[in-house]
Amino acid sequence: MAEKLLEIKNLSVEYHSDEDILYAVNNVNLTLEPGETLGLVGETGAGKTTIAKSIMRILPAAQAEITSGEILYRGENLLALKEKEMQKVRGNKIAMIFQDPMTALNPVETVGYQIAEAIKRHNKISRNEAADRAGDMLEMVGIPRERLGEYPHQFSGGMKQRVVIAMALACNPELLLADEPTTALDVTIQAQVLDMMRGLKEKLGTSVILITHDFGVVADFCTAVAVTYAGEIIERGSVDRIFNNPQHPYTQGLFNSLPSLEATSRRLKPIKGLMPDPTALPPGCRFCERCEYATEECAKKAPEIYEVEPGHTVKCFRARRDD
Amino acid sequence: MAPLLEVHNLKKYFKTKAGPLHAVDDVTFTLDTGKTLGVVGESGCGKSTLGRTLLHLTDVTDGKIFFEGEDITYPSRSKLKKLREQMQIIFQDPFSSLDPRMTVGEAIMEPLKMRGGMSKADMQAKTKELMDTVGLAARFEHSYPHELDGGRRQRIGIARALSLDPKFIVCDEPVSALDVSIQAQVINLMLDLQEERGFAYMFVTHDLSVVKYISDEIMVMYLGQMVEKAPSDELFANTLHPYSKALLSAIPIPKYPNNTKRILIEGEITSPINPKPGCRFAARCRYACEACSQPQKLEEYTPGHYVACCRYKELINIKEEM
Repeated sequence: MAEKLLEIKNLSVEYHSDEDILYAVNNVNLTLEPGETLGLVGETGAGKTTIAKSIMRILPAAQAEITSGEILYRGENLLALKEKEMQKVRGNKIAMIFQDPMTALNPVETVGYQIAEAIKRHNKISRNEAADRAGDMLEMVGIPRERLGEYPHQFSGGMKQRVVIAMALACNPELLLADEPTTALDVTIQAQVLDMMRGLKEKLGTSVILITHDFGVVADFCTAVAVTYAGEIIERGSVDRIFNNPQHPYTQGLFNSLPSLEATSRRLKPIKGLMPDPTALPPGCRFCERCEYATEECAKKAPEIYEVEPGHTVKCFRARRDD
Repeated sequence: MAPLLEVHNLKKYFKTKAGPLHAVDDVTFTLDTGKTLGVVGESGCGKSTLGRTLLHLTDVTDGKIFFEGEDITYPSRSKLKKLREQMQIIFQDPFSSLDPRMTVGEAIMEPLKMRGGMSKADMQAKTKELMDTVGLAARFEHSYPHELDGGRRQRIGIARALSLDPKFIVCDEPVSALDVSIQAQVINLMLDLQEERGFAYMFVTHDLSVVKYISDEIMVMYLGQMVEKAPSDELFANTLHPYSKALLSAIPIPKYPNNTKRILIEGEITSPINPKPGCRFAARCRYACEACSQPQKLEEYTPGHYVACCRYKELINIKEEM
């Protein structure tokens, strides 16, 4: 079997405040094969971004604490690396794109400088060579290289996100973490950016973890899906399995809540209730209170992860086989 | 009977240093009681300005607005106060549209106080009733907005809009800040309320799957102009304007495998300041021709289906290629 690119084992992350402990990520296991594009979906506060920031080790040190787990990148535990070693990984082997391109760029430096900065940091090359490579990157994302000397405010939202993508891909990383890269963009611009990202991914062979809450984007872009809920991954499988045969009641509920373009009924089927408070999580299954199939067992005991088909895992007692 | 709302050639220009910004340019439509008009388009197409102009949150530059048959384009102050009871708005962002120092109960009661003429006990009873209507538990009456999640906050916004029993509500992206499972709850609530009370909604959004779901009619706007308007199903079945086609095809559909072909439009939205006469989409349109530099007339294709494109008839039979 091919070597796994990324393997997250039993990752737990807590945020501390004066009054509470917020359990953001709880015992998450996740693997990624080289070349795979994984959609990490879930609602606000489900822990998607915290997982990505843990991989990059950019959690806010004052509040966040990784309480358990390992993050193996090509077999090496990133969490055990010294900060100096981690700096060689960050931006070079693993890069991240953030949701809001307006705040991800430095307003007082030219975009050319900002792209070249990443290249120079990880490669021993001259300023001119770095600027030249920055120009190549800009052309690759569809912006003429003449605009290297311009500042972020001179670009539109879609263009800024392209610049951010150019920065992230400048050192040809093996893994790209994209945190809602198109959420702030209009649909027609989103279509342009996704189209471009798909082309680049194929050309450069980058593996991608795409964080989003838009199932449409996932269907369009990803090969596999992991669904998060209250800090856990409750279902993972190929796009085909998750879209056409979802097993977890939460995943099923999410699909039912979506207004469909083909819908004939005049009512949506929402999931009742809200996600549990991450400072006081229930002892059993986290989804139990909102689940129409919940039993007494669900309230007492958290389900394990069951494999319903090779590669399709579900954290729900209903997926358990009786044999 | 006159329609509830009638809008003729409405224009709203903003003065800028570089010249007039055509935010809303020549928009015409009517809306009946109990119906929903969806307004879609990208950021900057003037859809929010249209809603705000109808409610006189900003002045009209030109055109006419009739409400229940009466000309309300330039209302007097006292008339405007009366109108505001009948025409309400739900804002996009439930985080910034509520006063952080008012409790839920106070926020919902505020419009009742402003109108006056009710005893305190009556207002409190009405507040409780409103909270119940929108599905806010009574225990939240003394909570502050920051203690609530986005879905509940948006319910406060809805309760405020409902409090004076309006006839027409502008919903300016009311669900786009919410997660899907919560979004579905709020949309259902809005549909239930419309059925019970016969509100007319103008639903402004950039989420096309939501808009198809709740609208009777949909208007597509581009740079301040209405490029196409049709009954909801008709628009999706027979999209005529090249911009509408591209916009609809750009919606990512949550289905796998998904074989819909996407029409990519090149470039980005141009400036609405001092636009040239003629079709404003022409610069990005693959079918643009010389006639597109002339002002486009709105033509009726089938009853109720209007399109502003001089080549739409030729384009009906053209298969979009990638």
